[in-house]
Amino acid sequence: MKRTVTKSIVVGCLAVLASVPVTVAAGGAATVAPDDVAFTDLTVTAPVSAPPGDPVRGAEVFVSRSLGNCLACHEVTVLKKELFHGNVGPSLDGAGDRWSVAQLRAIVVDAKKVFGPEAMMPGFYSNHVGLHVDKEHAGKTILTADQVEDVVAFLVTLKE
Amino acid sequence: MTKSRVNPVRGVGHMGRTIVSKNEIKWGLSVSLFGVGLLSVGLLSVGLSIAPAQADPVDDTLVIDGKEMITRTAAPEGHPFKEVLSGWLFRTEETRALEADSFQNPAMLGVDEGAEIWETVEGTAGKSCASCHGDAAESMAGIGAHYPKWDPETKRPVNMELKINQCREKNMGAEAYKFDAREQKALTSFIKYQSLGDPMSIDLSQGDMRAWWDKGKELYYTRTGQLNLACGSCHEASMGKMIRADHLSQGQVNGFPTYRLKQQGLVSLHNRLRGCIRDTRAEMPKAFSDDLMAIEVYVTWRGTGLSMETPAVRH
Repeated sequence: MKRTVTKSIVVGCLAVLASVPVTVAAGGAATVAPDDVAFTDLTVTAPVSAPPGDPVRGAEVFVSRSLGNCLACHEVTVLKKELFHGNVGPSLDGAGDRWSVAQLRAIVVDAKKVFGPEAMMPGFYSNHVGLHVDKEHAGKTILTADQVEDVVAFLVTLKE
Repeated sequence: MTKSRVNPVRGVGHMGRTIVSKNEIKWGLSVSLFGVGLLSVGLLSVGLSIAPAQADPVDDTLVIDGKEMITRTAAPEGHPFKEVLSGWLFRTEETRALEADSFQNPAMLGVDEGAEIWETVEGTAGKSCASCHGDAAESMAGIGAHYPKWDPETKRPVNMELKINQCREKNMGAEAYKFDAREQKALTSFIKYQSLGDPMSIDLSQGDMRAWWDKGKELYYTRTGQLNLACGSCHEASMGKMIRADHLSQGQVNGFPTYRLKQQGLVSLHNRLRGCIRDTRAEMPKAFSDDLMAIEVYVTWRGTGLSMETPAVRH
């Protein structure tokens, strides 16, 4: 776990150094806008937010019904103290072995750009949404850029 | 209440169980798509982790009031599934038992209330339902299994709720029930209960029913809301899977109004459709709007041949 955290910090810093297209939000945090996220060969190499992802916060976002609610569709053994893991999608045990950080980020940002338009998984940082989005969520992404990086940092820790 | 509330059930067939899950195919494709350029070892482990994910509907027989229900039957031509399955098969043993025993089924209180409404005089014409329709056990037998129906006057399909409201306004001189008024749910349940066990089917040859079916089908596959999900995302592509604690059924409508344990009361079909759409984080269409009526026509067809289970019990 510790090693992975360090790794994602390094990745985060590298990305900033590589001067990816970032905008500075009102709060001062540098984020990539959803429409500007660059997909290359089914990956998103650059973090969408400058602060390195935090796997602990990522796990909270993953579990929370009002945020990621990822458990609704994915089983994860390390979270077995949480009730009701769904199986609409595959188990994510070992996801950190099977996929690179850049692949995981691409899937979280917009799974349909990776798996195709029929994929059930929502785009968590995408403006490609369904019809008639309600007022509360209109114009917003499901997760913030920071939360995407947190979830990605958590997924990276899921080793077999 | 003096009326006998049930009808003889017709022939019951028990089909072999074939669970068609497009989902496994979909994930398989997705994985191989993603797998281009990835290690085949990775692909193999993904494949293995998907395999045990299917949660099957149970192999059980539903008998209500001594009548065996058709909970599995061959799908009509052009249906995406080979077999249509009642939502009852997807619920827990406890929930299934509640529906099977009419003395335990909490929705029967609503049916009893509906029976009282049937006999109650309301409106300027001084009539009750019974004034014209007599004993519901006879006059309403099998009727509720064939709604929505084409209505030549309004030139749109009517469901049971709308039919009741037409009758109240036109024949009784009474006010139409507001959507989801307790009385509306009770009377709808009572009338549909007179079709308990009857195979559900609708007549698409009348009026413009085909066009409404087409519209309903289009909406069924249209993704809505921030979560970008269509009816078919859960109830077709992921049927049989678990989404959190919920076992995804085919989304059949043969048990509505249905007692929902989550809501502790009778829930109408349009209430549930609206709830599902809300859960995609979309604005909810109005009850009995063209969109929801089209969806009702289409999803009722998707359950052709299933026994009416109103009032069903679900989670």
